[in-house]
Amino acid sequence: MSTKTALRAATAIALIAGGAAQAETITIATVNNGDMIRMQGYTDQFTAATGIEVEWVTLEENVLRQRVTTDITTKGGQFDIMTIGMYETPIWGANGWLVALDDMSAEYDVDDILPAMAGGLSHEGTLYAAPFYGESSMIMYRTDLMEKAGMDMPDSPTWEFIREAAAAMTDRDNEINGICLRGKAGWGEGGAFITAMSNSFGAQWFDMDWRATFDQEPWLNTLTFFKGMMDESGPAGYATNGFNENLSLFQQGKCGMWIDATVAASFVTNPNDSTVADSVGFALAPNTGLGKNSNWLWAWALAVPAGTQKEAEAKQFIEWATSKDYIELVAAAEGWANVPPGARTSLYENPEYQKVPFAQMTLDSILSADPTNSTVNESPYVGIQFAAIPEFAGIATEVSQEFSAAYAGQQTVEEALAKAQALTNDAMEAAGY
Amino acid sequence: MARSVTTRRKMINTALAWGIGLLIFFPILWTILTSFKTEAQAIANPPIFLNFDWTLENYAVVQERSDYMKFLWNSVIIAGGSTILGIIIAVPAAWSMAFVPSKATKDILLWMLSTKMLPAVGVLYPIYLLFVELGLLDSRAGLVIVMMLINLPIIVWMLYTYFKEIPGEILEAARMDGAELKEEILYVLTPMAVPGIASTILLNFILAWNEAFWTLNLTAVDAAPLTAFIASYSSPEGLFYAKLSAASTMAIAPILILGWFSQKQLVRGLTFGAVK
Amino acid sequence: MATQHSRSAARLMMAPAVFLLLVWMLVPLSLTLIFSFKKFLPLRGDQIESGWDWVTFFPSLDWVGFANYSRFVTSSSFWPAVSTTLLIVGGVLIITVCLGILLAILLDQPMWGQGVVRILVIAPFFVMPTVSALVWKNMFLDPNNGLFSHLWRAFGAEPISFLSEAAMPSIILIVSWQWLPFATLILLTAIQSLDSEQLEAAEMDGAPVLKRFWFIVLPHLSRAITIVILIQTIFLLAIFAEIFVTTGGAFGTRTLSYLIFQRVLESQNVGLGSAGGVYAIILANIVALLLMRVVGKNLDA
Repeated sequence: MSTKTALRAATAIALIAGGAAQAETITIATVNNGDMIRMQGYTDQFTAATGIEVEWVTLEENVLRQRVTTDITTKGGQFDIMTIGMYETPIWGANGWLVALDDMSAEYDVDDILPAMAGGLSHEGTLYAAPFYGESSMIMYRTDLMEKAGMDMPDSPTWEFIREAAAAMTDRDNEINGICLRGKAGWGEGGAFITAMSNSFGAQWFDMDWRATFDQEPWLNTLTFFKGMMDESGPAGYATNGFNENLSLFQQGKCGMWIDATVAASFVTNPNDSTVADSVGFALAPNTGLGKNSNWLWAWALAVPAGTQKEAEAKQFIEWATSKDYIELVAAAEGWANVPPGARTSLYENPEYQKVPFAQMTLDSILSADPTNSTVNESPYVGIQFAAIPEFAGIATEVSQEFSAAYAGQQTVEEALAKAQALTNDAMEAAGY
Repeated sequence: MARSVTTRRKMINTALAWGIGLLIFFPILWTILTSFKTEAQAIANPPIFLNFDWTLENYAVVQERSDYMKFLWNSVIIAGGSTILGIIIAVPAAWSMAFVPSKATKDILLWMLSTKMLPAVGVLYPIYLLFVELGLLDSRAGLVIVMMLINLPIIVWMLYTYFKEIPGEILEAARMDGAELKEEILYVLTPMAVPGIASTILLNFILAWNEAFWTLNLTAVDAAPLTAFIASYSSPEGLFYAKLSAASTMAIAPILILGWFSQKQLVRGLTFGAVK
Repeated sequence: MATQHSRSAARLMMAPAVFLLLVWMLVPLSLTLIFSFKKFLPLRGDQIESGWDWVTFFPSLDWVGFANYSRFVTSSSFWPAVSTTLLIVGGVLIITVCLGILLAILLDQPMWGQGVVRILVIAPFFVMPTVSALVWKNMFLDPNNGLFSHLWRAFGAEPISFLSEAAMPSIILIVSWQWLPFATLILLTAIQSLDSEQLEAAEMDGAPVLKRFWFIVLPHLSRAITIVILIQTIFLLAIFAEIFVTTGGAFGTRTLSYLIFQRVLESQNVGLGSAGGVYAIILANIVALLLMRVVGKNLDA
């Protein structure tokens, strides 16, 4: 090879390398949930269509929250897209930290987003995050075990019924627990569950003067009932079980009932992962007859932090990932049951999707959840399983740690509530309420 | 060790030591074994020890999800870079402390160690803000500097205790021959200190490799090392023991192999002056 | 032997290390100190700007005097956190030092395959804390699928949920497993330097094993033991990953570091957390001072 050819080759390589470097790369922080990991698999198609490279930072939920919150409050600018939820979006939007998603293309059809989801992801009517999937919570139960116990699940059962059914289904010798629920500390884990449950018992986090209400009857009832039922019919060590732990227990056939996120329905009915896929029934989350069901409302959504250099590219990705086309793409490759649910009205109008066994119950659950009116008595905050104020995450994590300690038998329910009351008021005072 | 021992006693010693050794090693062994199982076999009760269908599928799945080599390379650069930089700064300091001690020497040494007691969580926010200010977030350079500073006290101390064991007479002799300070260090001391420096390098490489607070908080993509690689497996997604095991094995294998191959060097210098 | 010339050269050689550590200590420390006297709630919109703000002590944040300090120390979580911290450090130290001595003595005995055994024993030291916490939590301590619960069931016992019902012992177990190799290795090196003639003479005199251990081996090891304690304390005061991954601070495992983490990152109250950081520094220095007195003496010897 002559020097000339070598030089030419080198120039060519340099040119190609330079060209490749010019392609934009966006960095996305996301949570390690099944639907998100599935999306990473399809990213190649986005890159092929637009030439935009995507770097993923996939983190476990707690780590993700800590990372993105630090980054947004310090204007670190490490991410072009952040995966956040209904709790963060309105607070961050109000602080001007997110790019408003008010110029989406007509094709994207922003009005197709379920109103409950769009409402929770907006601040003063402006959408700040696009839902990738949305969820409420509902009962998932084993039809075969229910039949064996000689009982019938109503469409909208009471907690008393659930407790009876759980006791009847429990079979300790065969490692079958009548009911699996979240007891794990953390505001997004057990904290979310017990808060949503307490709503149906007439409890609430704060009264109209922003004082904690853990010293009142409804909270005592909620916690006593929860611990009583779980001790009777729950799995060993339920105080450390969260969503994923319960999912795995249910898939292994170790739970009679499980009340949790509606998105779990597609995982427990998927024969590849679940040993009980063909015998799962669904019902609305339970109540106590006070007018509120214990189901929550949540969305994992994609948002663009203000100040990113790649706003246009980031928006382009969001349009792709939360579009109707993406849903079609997943449906074509993996079946309708596996598409990200709960985000778009059109999905529930699709006759193909209506054939999916849990579709209707998911929609009913979502529609019955109202974040602006979540408690039996009047409350000053928005949110069902959380109160949409910046202090909530920190407080609720500590409160749920006290609760978990009570579930594990390290302290009584009364002690846990007394500590919760003290630490909540203390933190609210520190925040200037 | 010229104690006369009966074969019987040697056998008992051997059995006991191997038993305990295997017990201590078992969690690692179990993780490696599990990484070759299917998810169902990973949680089987009674547990399956060896007779399962060995599969590499978990490694493929993990690799599919995150590009292992990129994280590995970052780990190597951050751990290696911070160690080399730390040694360059620490060798002269430790040398002067060991051979030209003053009244303040010991105080300085202990003060250096005390900087390691600053609780990292307490200063995360200031450091993060500083990194934003200086544009060091998610850069290997930033991580190299932080890791170097965190481990510098340990490096200085290890080297100091090592240098102190070098007899002063040798230096005197060299000086008699008219050696300059520079030559003294280069030709007389350094060769004698090589084993100590080697084990210091190894220990600090390991410490920097395993550090999981700063590496996780100050990186995102470009500089993310293996500690970040493992952070996406922190909570179960359905059945995940086999995948977790595969990811864990990938994260610890390089340092485990390095540690085993160099354990003689590592152990020799790991005395911190414990032996007089 | 030290001439004036070599003295100033020595100072020059020490300068970079001292200077860097001084900066590394002073900059974050003074920022933490400033924040600890401020109201700094980032999620409430408290922001600091670049440039001038840094030089003028962040005028955009309000001074609040000692409010953060008194709030942190009067919180119901403070004293339990301090005692948890000391309990974990103390527990791990006792376990690793005691087992380390026994293991070192055992490994010093003649046996077949000593090198391999040493490799097995040293291995946990190479495992990153995050990985070790994850592996222990899921594959051993999990109440449903963990190996320990299989073991429990094999003996007909109801498996317990280790990380909630016995959270502290579980964490101490995990951390001890990680640090036992370090203690063993240092103690082993020290034992190997023991004058065997002295031991043999004692054996000849008919001194019983315990006596030989107490009067010859243990005094010989005292220096190594103090060094193990010093180094481990430095690292143990800062343990974080093991708690973050396993219990998240629940079930009475919230250490002072973890409490600060919750204040700064989970509650996003930087002022309050910084005040906690200052307390933690004070605690660390008290422990350090106590240690230095003991170790300092031993370092001279």
